[in-house]
Amino acid sequence: MPPADLLVIEDLRVEYLTEGGAVRVVDDVSFRIGAGEAYGLAGESGRGKSTIALAILRLLRPPAAITNGRVSFDGTDLLSLSASELRDFRWKQISLVTQSAMSALNPVLRVGDQITDAICAHEGVSRRVALERAAGLCDVVGIDRERLRSYPHELSGGMRQRAVIAIALCLHPKLIIMDEPTTALDVVVQKQILRRILALKEKMGFSILFITHDLALMLQICARVGILYAGRLLETAPAATILSAPQHPYTRGLMSCFLEVHQPRADRRGIPGAPPDPRYPLAGCPFHPRCAFAMDACRETRPPLAPRGARHESACLLPAGHGEAAK
Amino acid sequence: MTAAGRPASAAVAAAAEGEAPLLSVRRLGKSFRLDRGRELAVLRDVSFDVGAGEVVALVGESGSGKSTTALLIARLLVPTTGEIRLRGVDVLASEPRHASLAYRRQVQMIFQDPFASLNPIHTIRYHLERPLLRHGEARAEADLAEKVNRLLETVGLTPAADFARRHPHQLSGGQRQRVAIARALSVNPALIVADEPTSMLDVSLRIDLLNLMRDIKSDRRIGYLFITHDLGSARYFADRLLVMYAGEIVEAGRSDDVLDAPAHPYTRLLISSVPSATAALGAPEEPGGGVVARTAPVIGRGCPFADRCPSVMDRCREQAPALRPLSPGRTVRCHLYP
Repeated sequence: MPPADLLVIEDLRVEYLTEGGAVRVVDDVSFRIGAGEAYGLAGESGRGKSTIALAILRLLRPPAAITNGRVSFDGTDLLSLSASELRDFRWKQISLVTQSAMSALNPVLRVGDQITDAICAHEGVSRRVALERAAGLCDVVGIDRERLRSYPHELSGGMRQRAVIAIALCLHPKLIIMDEPTTALDVVVQKQILRRILALKEKMGFSILFITHDLALMLQICARVGILYAGRLLETAPAATILSAPQHPYTRGLMSCFLEVHQPRADRRGIPGAPPDPRYPLAGCPFHPRCAFAMDACRETRPPLAPRGARHESACLLPAGHGEAAK
Repeated sequence: MTAAGRPASAAVAAAAEGEAPLLSVRRLGKSFRLDRGRELAVLRDVSFDVGAGEVVALVGESGSGKSTTALLIARLLVPTTGEIRLRGVDVLASEPRHASLAYRRQVQMIFQDPFASLNPIHTIRYHLERPLLRHGEARAEADLAEKVNRLLETVGLTPAADFARRHPHQLSGGQRQRVAIARALSVNPALIVADEPTSMLDVSLRIDLLNLMRDIKSDRRIGYLFITHDLGSARYFADRLLVMYAGEIVEAGRSDDVLDAPAHPYTRLLISSVPSATAALGAPEEPGGGVVARTAPVIGRGCPFADRCPSVMDRCREQAPALRPLSPGRTVRCHLYP
């Protein structure tokens, strides 16, 4: 049985309200994350992945604005929270790990102070108590306690990202949004950190919204995955299903673009064309100009996410199972 | 790198395709001076060849010396020690400080970031005309326009006349990287040094860029030094693989051989760390993973990988291993293979 929903996003729309009109970058996206679940959003750069993360935390700045939809977290309607309610809510309930630890950390403050700041701001405990908790967090994420006295530039990239994860964990949030958390790191360090995150998730029971362009990585980490393209969710399914029976032609194209280390060399083709410019939205399916199976209807009808199996939905007019034989 | 007015190095210009490999690098080293007379040796004892029409990939983690090697071969940095031979000609002897126009014509570079490598205030036409004029590839106006169009067609940017008029901001990342390739091709180079050419591009565009580079290679027998951290791309595109760690080559061989049966413990660690959609992540921490690569000043005696190596022996901390042949075409720098 699937876990109870923690985060429910319905028809979320984010637009840049420019002088030239509204530019839609997140287009009526809906998904749910269960308690203790790791959900992945995959898609190429500039397709609204990070915008969704910022929208959930209500961190969008003008001209970007949420113009439609509902975001509910553990029963609370996030879009109606006041500024002071938001201040309490952020980090305590949902924290964020971004790609660049160097820009997430303050270069002139010691790492320990940056962890205790968050604890003191939210819980009103003494600095000493907060520092003890920070030391405990160091053990949890795998950094030497001595490092609390270091400045960010004295740490390696991997250690900095661990420090950022320690800050994200320090208030025991129910959900951690991880936006390309290891993209800036070497693969060896990436693997260590992801293993650590998964072990912590098992132990502490938080949920993860994992955002990345690296589909292989996402399928390793997440139980369920949503494939985002041009601001729309084109397919969502359990990771194993995306791997074994992807339905949407875009997902299938993306899967075939991965060059695996252990695959014998064979001729491969990328997906032709380029993603659409959000300033000039397309009628119909946003993928139709690049899709090998596009029909006339695809240029006119915008396909909704429709069930394709157990917890599996695809936004495509092609019949279920299409292309599997061709593959 | 100003070469204005200096005569092209006759030796490099005269170097013809013959017996010698296209590029031959021997014992290349680069140190940077730090304060108080200390030196940071970022590259040590790097030797390899690249043949005409061959793709050699340089892989390793950041800070291992991949990009320094690229910059030395492109002669944007001056090596501290070693030899660079282009078709047998010792270019550091014949043109020690700056690369001649002839060298730069034969060795072109493609950089990682196509947003930074094109000038935002100039059109695509301007980017391609400059090298054509500088290297005397085109003289008459009509000739120039035709050559620009042909270059754009070669890299798949059609209609060419339309792309030539555009500015970089009107192009996607993938299209910009194609312009960078066209610019490199404009002077008919023998060797292209490509430093992470696909890492800033969307996954769906990477393969087609590699395919384009491969087609160009087959058509023109261009050699590539392909720098990447992506082992999947290295397998797809490269004939041979050089694995770098802490400024040294630790393993070299045909890419399929190295990736299917890695010999050096570092190569094994690297390959096992690549995300795979079909493999479980496993338990946290593994031997050798926890320590960060050491940079040169703290390297004492012994193998630089000793601290992270699951197979470390006493000898590894005492004596640095040499690069030794393992099998035909395969070398490894490790005491496990005496």
